[in-house]
Amino acid sequence: MSTLDEAPAAWQEQQPSGAPAAKRNWRETIIETVIRLCGISAVVIITLIFLFLLKEGAPAFMQVPIRDLLGVRWYPIEDMFGLLPLLVGSLLVTIGAVVIAVPLGLTTAVYLGEFAPPWLREILKPVIEVLAGIPSIVLGFLGWVALAPLIQAAGAATGLTAFTGAIILAYMALPTIISITEDALYAVPKEYRDGALALGATQWQTIWRVVLPAARSGIVIAVMLGVGRAIGETMAVMLVTGNAANIPAFGLGAWFQPVRTMTATIAAEMGEVAQGSLHYSVLFAIGIVLFLITFAFNSLATRFIGGRSRRRGGQI
Amino acid sequence: MTAKLSIRDLSFTYADGAQALQHINMEIFANELFVLFGPSRAGKTTLLRLINRLADLLDGVQRSGEILFNDQDVYNPNLDVTYLRRRIGMVFAVPTPLPGSIYANLAYGLEMAGIKDRRIIDERVERSLRQAALWDEVKDRLQDSAFALSGGQKQRMCLARSLVLEPDVILLDNPTSGLDPISTALVEESLFELKQQYTIIMVPHSVQQASRVADRAAFLLNGEVVEIGSQQRIFIHPRDKRTEDYVTGRFG
Repeated sequence: MSTLDEAPAAWQEQQPSGAPAAKRNWRETIIETVIRLCGISAVVIITLIFLFLLKEGAPAFMQVPIRDLLGVRWYPIEDMFGLLPLLVGSLLVTIGAVVIAVPLGLTTAVYLGEFAPPWLREILKPVIEVLAGIPSIVLGFLGWVALAPLIQAAGAATGLTAFTGAIILAYMALPTIISITEDALYAVPKEYRDGALALGATQWQTIWRVVLPAARSGIVIAVMLGVGRAIGETMAVMLVTGNAANIPAFGLGAWFQPVRTMTATIAAEMGEVAQGSLHYSVLFAIGIVLFLITFAFNSLATRFIGGRSRRRGGQI
Repeated sequence: MTAKLSIRDLSFTYADGAQALQHINMEIFANELFVLFGPSRAGKTTLLRLINRLADLLDGVQRSGEILFNDQDVYNPNLDVTYLRRRIGMVFAVPTPLPGSIYANLAYGLEMAGIKDRRIIDERVERSLRQAALWDEVKDRLQDSAFALSGGQKQRMCLARSLVLEPDVILLDNPTSGLDPISTALVEESLFELKQQYTIIMVPHSVQQASRVADRAAFLLNGEVVEIGSQQRIFIHPRDKRTEDYVTGRFG
């Protein structure tokens, strides 16, 4: 290896005269440090958030026995802190939203990307993106005035049920799912389609067997982002699910009874508790549980993406 | 002898107004290896993609004239285009393995055609892999990802994938692009075997390859046919000055 002194004269002249090598290296170091700090800060902030949650919520786990936390009664005034009804409420609403939003979102994206004539796509796509911009509380309001009466008319005891919340959440997740899935489908190389069509596959066979599997990681990201938006949503859900912290009867009918979600509980009760009280730390404990659930959900999805598509084997 | 494919007064214009083909006339006979060659933008790939109707996917194009396959117009609206594409297979310049294993790639076309019997599928997969001179290299790893194959193996797999449907005609769009000389020789060798059973239309990698493999050839230039004839006629005694200049390497 030659040092700078040994380098040809012509090469040395190319160096800007005002910036000798040492100074340039110094500049590089600063830029590198700034970039590294930015990268680390995300991790640091997440760690701090978790530590804060833990500090505020830990007393709950110490003072309330785990058996009570797993109980079915949430009566904070009587010191009954059973989280199960809230957990079930959140699960019912989220699962319902996923079951509605994922098939609807994927089929809409496939239609937009593969079947719709260009003029229709140019109308639909912006409209769907506008749907993403509607404030969630407006959707909640819509659920309250328009959807709830319909569900009550359909035979439920009240219109404010888990199902109502699930529909509202599904519509909140839909624009994200559609838009990102459509992008993922568009990114599938044209050669895949040609290859399948040239083998005598129909358009639908090509989409089902080739295009969708090829776009899989993009679709998983679309669902994750869409559902992620739905899980964390609070106000709209609070408005339309009825907010009854009880475990609904088992079975399909569970969706047509009022429930209360974990997020709604925190939002509704945080303003009224005494800081530092047991109730206060239980609310933070709910936050911890939520955090763990979304964390588990995200890591599962990342593993799924990293599964096959990232692995490259064999010869090059 | 009746023609397997006859192309009559075919013209084709892309959506941007570029005229890709002008008044093409040619006949291709059964069991011959017919080569379409010429400089880039001559319209070779466009012509291939019109024969199996892959150009259908483009918007705003204009086409006139007809292509007859076994005396039937391929653009007849009553013709089932998926059936046509099973009868006329195609291999692309860039090998296009589909997501999935080698076996899945081979079986795909058969499954699309509604063949479910595993024995028939296994048998045809093996036979077409042998025809494409790939069987010995992959027989122990049929369940591996098709992406793990080398470039030459991918290309031969794509050839096998179109053979598995037992088509009538095979369209080869530069099937040896990016292949090393050994893989190229393997593919060319298998072509001589294949034309006993199939009719092959091929866009070659080079003039040299064209003269090596062709039974008959057509020289295309700027969307027009300059000259059509036997291998001897085109590569040894061309009549048109432009053909002569191109095959002797004076331009192109």
